[in-house]
Order: sequence, then C-alpha cells, then structure tokens
Amino acid sequence: MLRVQNLEVVYDDVMLVLRGVSLQVPPGRIVALLGANGAGKTTLLRALSGLLGVHDGAITKGAVTLDEKPIHRLRPAAVVRRGVTQVMEGRRTFAELTVEENLRLGAHTRPKGRAEALERMYGLFPVLAQRRGSVAGYLSGGEQQMLAMGRALMSDPAYLLLDEPSLGLAPRLVEQVRDLIVQINRAGTGVLLVEQNATMALSIAEHGYVLETGKVVLDKPAAELLADDDIREFYLGRAERSFRDVKHYKRRKRWLS
Amino acid sequence: MKDFVESVLRGIGTGSVYALLGLGFVIIYKATRVISFAQPAFMLAGAVLVTYLVGPLGFFLGLAAAAVLTGGLALGVERLAVRPMIGRPVFTVAIITLGIDIAVRVVVNAAIGLDVRQVGDPWGLKVWKLPGGVQVEQRHVAMVLTTAVLIALLFVFFRYTRTGLAMRAASYDQEAALAQGVSVGAVFALSWALAGALAAVAGTFAAVGGSVSESLWLIALTALPVIILGGLDSLPGAVIGGLAVGTVQELTATYQGSLPWLGGNISVVTPYVVMFLVLLVRPYGLFGTREVERV
Ligand SMILES: Nc1ncnc2c1ncn2[C@@H]1O[C@H](COP(=O)(O)OP(=O)(O)OP(=O)(O)O)[C@@H](O)[C@H]1O
Ligand SMILES: [Mg+2]
Repeated sequence: MLRVQNLEVVYDDVMLVLRGVSLQVPPGRIVALLGANGAGKTTLLRALSGLLGVHDGAITKGAVTLDEKPIHRLRPAAVVRRGVTQVMEGRRTFAELTVEENLRLGAHTRPKGRAEALERMYGLFPVLAQRRGSVAGYLSGGEQQMLAMGRALMSDPAYLLLDEPSLGLAPRLVEQVRDLIVQINRAGTGVLLVEQNATMALSIAEHGYVLETGKVVLDKPAAELLADDDIREFYLGRAERSFRDVKHYKRRKRWLS
Repeated sequence: MKDFVESVLRGIGTGSVYALLGLGFVIIYKATRVISFAQPAFMLAGAVLVTYLVGPLGFFLGLAAAAVLTGGLALGVERLAVRPMIGRPVFTVAIITLGIDIAVRVVVNAAIGLDVRQVGDPWGLKVWKLPGGVQVEQRHVAMVLTTAVLIALLFVFFRYTRTGLAMRAASYDQEAALAQGVSVGAVFALSWALAGALAAVAGTFAAVGGSVSESLWLIALTALPVIILGGLDSLPGAVIGGLAVGTVQELTATYQGSLPWLGGNISVVTPYVVMFLVLLVRPYGLFGTREVERV
C-alpha cells in the first residue's frame, strides 16, 4: 500500500501548496487524482518520488509510506529502487538519446533484469520496437508518452505514478494510452493516475480523489465520482454554470474549452 | 613544404594536449553546467605526481597512477568545495573553481620546489625521419596516439556503459534522470574525476621534452578558446577545436617571420583570433547546441 498521510508541502519556504493531503493507492489498483490547474497534483507526485528538492519544495508535515515504511525522506534513486516510479508531466524523454537508450536508462537501478525488461517493453509497445534505433526527439507525442511509460516500467515498479499521460493527445491516442494503463495494471502494477481528462481516468480507476488548492475535497469510488453532478459540470463541461466561481471554471485545461 | 608538414605534425601533437584539456572542461560543463577553472591546477598536479612516481613505477605506470590519483583529487574537491555550492548562480560556482585552482596550485608548487623536475618520459626531443626529409618528434606521435586511445575509451564509456548513459541523460535533463533513479551527485563527482584524470595526462605530455613548472598553466589557458570555439557542450568540438588551435598556432609560429610587422609572439594570440573568427560565423561554436546560450 502506498499511503500519503496528512501531507503538507511548501515551496521556497513560504508557499504552502499541499495542506494536509491524505490518500492511498492499494497494491495493483488504479487510483485517479483529479483537480484543476495549480491544485497541487504534480506537487503530490513529486513528494512521492522524492523530486521536491529539485524545485525547492519540502515536506513540512505528514508522511508518505510504502507498506507502512516511510519513504518521504529518501532520495529519488532510493524511491525508484523501492518500487515507486514517476512519469513526469510532459513526458520528458531524453530527446538526444535513442529509444533503446531511453529504455535502458529506465533500468538504471536494475541492470540485471534489463534485457528481459527491454523485451517486455517492446512487446507492450510495438511502436517502440520498430523505432528502437531512432532518436527519441523525432517521435510523435503519442510515441513519446509510450516511451516515457516504458522507461518508467523498466525499473519494474510496484507503483507507477502517471502525471497527465493524455495531455495534448488526440482522442484516439488517449484511448490507446488508457488501454495501455489498464494492461500495465493487469500485469500487477498499482497506478496513481493524475488526469485532467476525468472521464478517461474515472473510467478505468477504482477510486478517485479530487484535489483543490492543496486539499482533497472529494474522495469516492470512481463510479460514484463519475455520476457526481459537480464533477460532471466541472470536468465534463455539460453545464455552463461554474463549479465554484467563474474564474475557477476558466482554469480548466485547454482541450476542455 | 617540409616546414609546412612539420608544423602541421607539431600542431596536431600539441593540439591533442589541448584536446584532452578541452574534453575535461566539456565533460564538467555537460554534467554541471559550470566551467571549471580548476582544470589548470589538476594539469599541474598530474604532471608533478608523475615526476614523483616515475622513479618507482616507470613512465607509463606512473602516468596511469598519476591520472587515477588526480582524478581522485578532483573528485574529492568536487565533493567538498563544489557540491555545497550547487544551486548558486553559475558565476559564483565558476569563481569558486578559480579559488580551488589557486589553492591546489599553491600546494603543488610547494611540491615542485626549487629543483628541475622532469616527467622522465622515453622520448625527450628525439625525432623520427620520414621520407622527404620531414622530421616528426616522437613525443608528438606519442601524444596523438595517447589522445586517440583516450578518446576511444571515452566513446565506449559514454555510448555503451550504464554509467556513461546515465551521465548523458543527466546532462540532457537532470530531473528526468533523477526520476529514473540516476544519482546526479555521482554524475557530478564522476565528471570531475574524469576531467581531472584527463588533465593529468595533458599536463604530463605538455611537460614532455621540458620540465614541470608553473608555466604549464599557460597551456591550460589555451583550452578556453579551444572549448569555446568547439562549442562548450560538444565533446567532438573539444577534440577538433584542440587540433585546429594547435595546428594554427604552430603554423603561425613557423611563418610569422615572413610577416614581421605582426611581431614575434603572434602565435600566442592565434587561439583567440581563431575563436573570434569562428564565433563571428557560428555564435555557439563549431558544434555547440543552441540551448547552451540560454543557460
Ligand atoms: N517549483 C515551484 N516553486 C514554487 N511554486 C510552485 C512550484 N511548482 C509549482 N508551484 C505552485 O504550486 C501550486 C501547485 O502546482 P502543481 O504543479 O502541483 O499543480 P498541478 O495540479 O499539477 O497543476 P497542472 O494541472 O497545471 O499541472 C501552483 O500554485 C504552482 O504555482
Ligand atoms: Mg501538474
């Protein structure tokens, strides 16, 4: 179980961005984390993967535990070794390296299982197998997302943290990414799925959390969230009425407007 | 013609020393985005270590040992003096490296003492005669061969090893590399160690045929135009820049007599002139990437 307990995160010693967030990802399950721009979703993932330091962020209260052992003081490499790997927002593939080099790097903490993991990834993402020798910078957006996911899976994580994998992808590719997440999950990996595309995320998740300005405001089974009127209005844009206020409403992601 | 060929051969010889130095600068720059002004000190330290080690170990083993020791020294310096400065403005860190350079050189100069210290190489100023009466100094051939071997090793390291790949990835996107479990601190330390070892070899070869003195520092200074002209973040750029600067410098030294109005020491200035001309045409150096400008 990956558990976040009453977490507070501060950037630059002053900006309180997470205000006591608690959530949990049971092993082998998909959990969705929704929220408007700036709600703190990415910040939460950074707190899980140990990447806050890079951004001058720090955990000031609370804990992150993996199977009841605290991991929030570990370096990113140690977190990866324990089986929690993050796919960052915007893919962040190494554009100058080849597809295969990107994948090999994903196995940095697990050199022994590398060859076998590589074959597994080429099976899961046949596109990557075709382009294994080409430079990652030349891949399309969808291929880059697959590469980013494949690279993270190379460390054979127990929990995969996905930050907006559908961002900027055409509807058909969003479906493909969704199916891949399901497939990855079926193979036993727990997934914390951060998304703005609430329909997509809730359609495959078992449980969902909605984050707003650093607080969890909704915490329900995914099916209930999907039926929730507020969620429908806010994320699916069925009504013109705003969720809280008009300004907030306008902060929705590009493709919803 | 004979003069020309001989100058080019000499130029490639000294140029390969510049190439080794330049490679060190670029490796540190790519890993940490800092230009380390401490390289000259490691060059001197390496050469001085060889003068002490050549007795017990012989030249080649002594050189290898000195490279390893200097690499270790550089690694320690990075850990103690540079790492705590991470996140400070690049300029601040560069000044710190300048301070390191001075500190290390003070210590090393004390180790040089008043004697003439020689690296004890097997070549001295001996020459080989080629057809057509062309003479090539053995030390220059040795420099070129050594540099070629080191470049090949670096290539294999960066291309095929797990650590080399991690260094390339961290150089491209530090946070993304961290997220894959790469220890960026280890990458920093290793870049300094590699640069230190390369500087030690460069320093030793710069002292071949002469003696080790503080003036080696001037040679290290030439590496700056070399890397800027090659492109700060390009390893091939450092090699080609080094060879180009070495060759141009030797050619000017040979032919400056025919242009007396330039004065007697113009070859010292040529690296900067070449750099200036290249930057006019290519602002990021011969092989540099655009992004570098934004850092
Ligand atoms: N490095 C940083 N330094 C200071 N403030 C930051 C930093 N990164 C994010 N923030 C702030 O923290 C808040 C939460 O940001 P975060 O990126 O976690 O939101 P998000 O939910 O991921 O948003 P988005 O949907 O746009 O990705 C925002 O107000 C943001 O401005
Ligand atoms: Mg985000």
